[in-house]
Amino acid sequence: MSLRRPAKNQPENFEFNASSLEAAKSIVAKYPEGKQQSAVMALLYLAQKQNDNWIPLAAMKHIAKFLDMPYIKVYEVATFYSMYNLSPVGKYFVQVCTTTPCMIRGANKLVEACKEKISEHESVLSNDKSCSWMEVECLGACVNAPMMQINDDYYEDLDKEKTLKILDKILNGEKPTPGSYRGRVNNEPENNRKTLMDLKNA
Amino acid sequence: MLKDQDRIFQNLYNDLGPDLTSSQKRGDWVNTKEITGKGRDWIINEIKDSQLRGRGGAGFPTGLKWSFAPKEVGTRPHYLVINGDESEPGTCKDRDILRFEPHKLIEGCLIASYAIQAHVCYIYIRGEYFVDGQKLQAAIDEAYEKKLLGKNAAGTGWDLDIYIHYGAGAYICGEETALLESIEGKKGQPRLKPPFPALIGLYGCPTIINNVETIAVVPTILRRGGKWFASLGREKNTGTKIFCISGNVNNPCNVEEEMNIPLKELIEVHAGGVIGGWDNLQAVIPGGSSMPLIPKDKCETLTMDFDSLMAEKSGLGTAGVVVINKDQDIIKCMARIARFYKHESCGQCTPCREGSGWMWRMLERMAKGEASKDEIDMLGDVTKQIEGHTICAFGEGSSWPVQGLLRHFKDEIKKRNKFDPIVKENKNIPYLVDQHLLDKNA
Repeated sequence: MSLRRPAKNQPENFEFNASSLEAAKSIVAKYPEGKQQSAVMALLYLAQKQNDNWIPLAAMKHIAKFLDMPYIKVYEVATFYSMYNLSPVGKYFVQVCTTTPCMIRGANKLVEACKEKISEHESVLSNDKSCSWMEVECLGACVNAPMMQINDDYYEDLDKEKTLKILDKILNGEKPTPGSYRGRVNNEPENNRKTLMDLKNA
Repeated sequence: MLKDQDRIFQNLYNDLGPDLTSSQKRGDWVNTKEITGKGRDWIINEIKDSQLRGRGGAGFPTGLKWSFAPKEVGTRPHYLVINGDESEPGTCKDRDILRFEPHKLIEGCLIASYAIQAHVCYIYIRGEYFVDGQKLQAAIDEAYEKKLLGKNAAGTGWDLDIYIHYGAGAYICGEETALLESIEGKKGQPRLKPPFPALIGLYGCPTIINNVETIAVVPTILRRGGKWFASLGREKNTGTKIFCISGNVNNPCNVEEEMNIPLKELIEVHAGGVIGGWDNLQAVIPGGSSMPLIPKDKCETLTMDFDSLMAEKSGLGTAGVVVINKDQDIIKCMARIARFYKHESCGQCTPCREGSGWMWRMLERMAKGEASKDEIDMLGDVTKQIEGHTICAFGEGSSWPVQGLLRHFKDEIKKRNKFDPIVKENKNIPYLVDQHLLDKNA
């Protein structure tokens, strides 16, 4: 299990804005009547998106009211799942996969790059408060190892130099292009493809 | 090597585009109405004939699973749930289906829903695959627009709605009952079985849960016949499978191949060989991190299917092959996997919650050579106390890789950790509580 604590400085109030509210209503409609609790995970995402990438306790209370469920149940869900950030992580949230398949292809170099560019320790905001990084468990792109995720996008086939360049970009407020950084197409074996060649050459 | 025309996922590398028009050119949605017109029993029997086994790790026969759904719909509706929570280290096959072959999955959902009489299907996708989930959502929207979903989907006379539910970074939600809890808006902690989800599942209703890959191959099997699928591979281990080859190989990749393919062919032909040559191979994890590793000498002749890997005391799992060469420290690799399990344990059962942490800490010390001789057997003992003593299979999943390490690399651990426990050393240590034991020996 991982230990997760809410941030010390919490905002007083939280309410869904108009666009989140509309999205929330359409999410609740996906589930059978009376089972609106199912929408709690999606609503927490909405709150996280609206509130600069993290979920304050006030948002959990707001969602509990919105879905007519006990606050503690929302709190349980928000603290159980690791993708809900309970404290500020910055506009760019960098997650480096360091599980074995990435580790044996040099994920520690990516961690070094993050330490150099962002902050010495994980989950600590950079000097300009724009980003933070952390080590995470398998992100499910093992054949593209080593890789990292920045907000929603995957950056694959990295090494230290390429990571430094990507981090420079986000520190300048630009969005780097997601995908493979070794120029390969998706998950094909680069320069060694033996299958479905007719389609490739078509 | 499997012939190209026998590959189910023609767009695995996105040469053709994932949109509806190009999917229809590849044969998706061509005669869905005819297939469902043959009836539920025909569909289930054809899947049974194909001997398709679930692609999510456990390898349960799919046709049999479908036949567990009640024949008549009572007061409670039936549900189909697709498991796309793919979080097993070494596995990344479902992601490619979600983004490049979404229509195979959607059509499979329609056929499976028809077979088990479900009108609602939830696709559970891990939260990290948000971008890929958006691509699937675009394909679902496209299907609704062309009347392939919704009322009278694809002219089959069957109504079906498909919704995507995103997870939020919990590995345990890949376990089917934890996944149901998660859809219900709770913590993802597995339920006790029985009752099985086929009778009491989502919202207490009959629910069938299948992996993304399992459902995505269904339309092709029904089009080409269960016999065709069964002719590939070998008895009880039939058909094709997407293998993910990662780790220390020259060209890590996803590739669809026939079941029972030799491991060596997979690595040498498709993945461009081990970095540093075949002789530099140390061990292979054959089916995602929870399957015990296999040392090099056995890799020469190993074939990749459920039963032959079981005979080697390992398993095919999700077919995520992680290749580890001799440049890596094998104990450290396994310690990292143990850390993964420590992080992902849901905390419901004590043996797993505490034991996964013990295993990780012991392995970390063993990697540094700080453990004593005794601890090697103690570690084996810990794994035995977790395995089989938990609600879900996470207990097995976390202890098997450690057992695999102890089975094949015990000498390596012994070489590094050769000192006696401190209590047996004849030293005068003032703070040692068990000093009297030393005095006795002296």
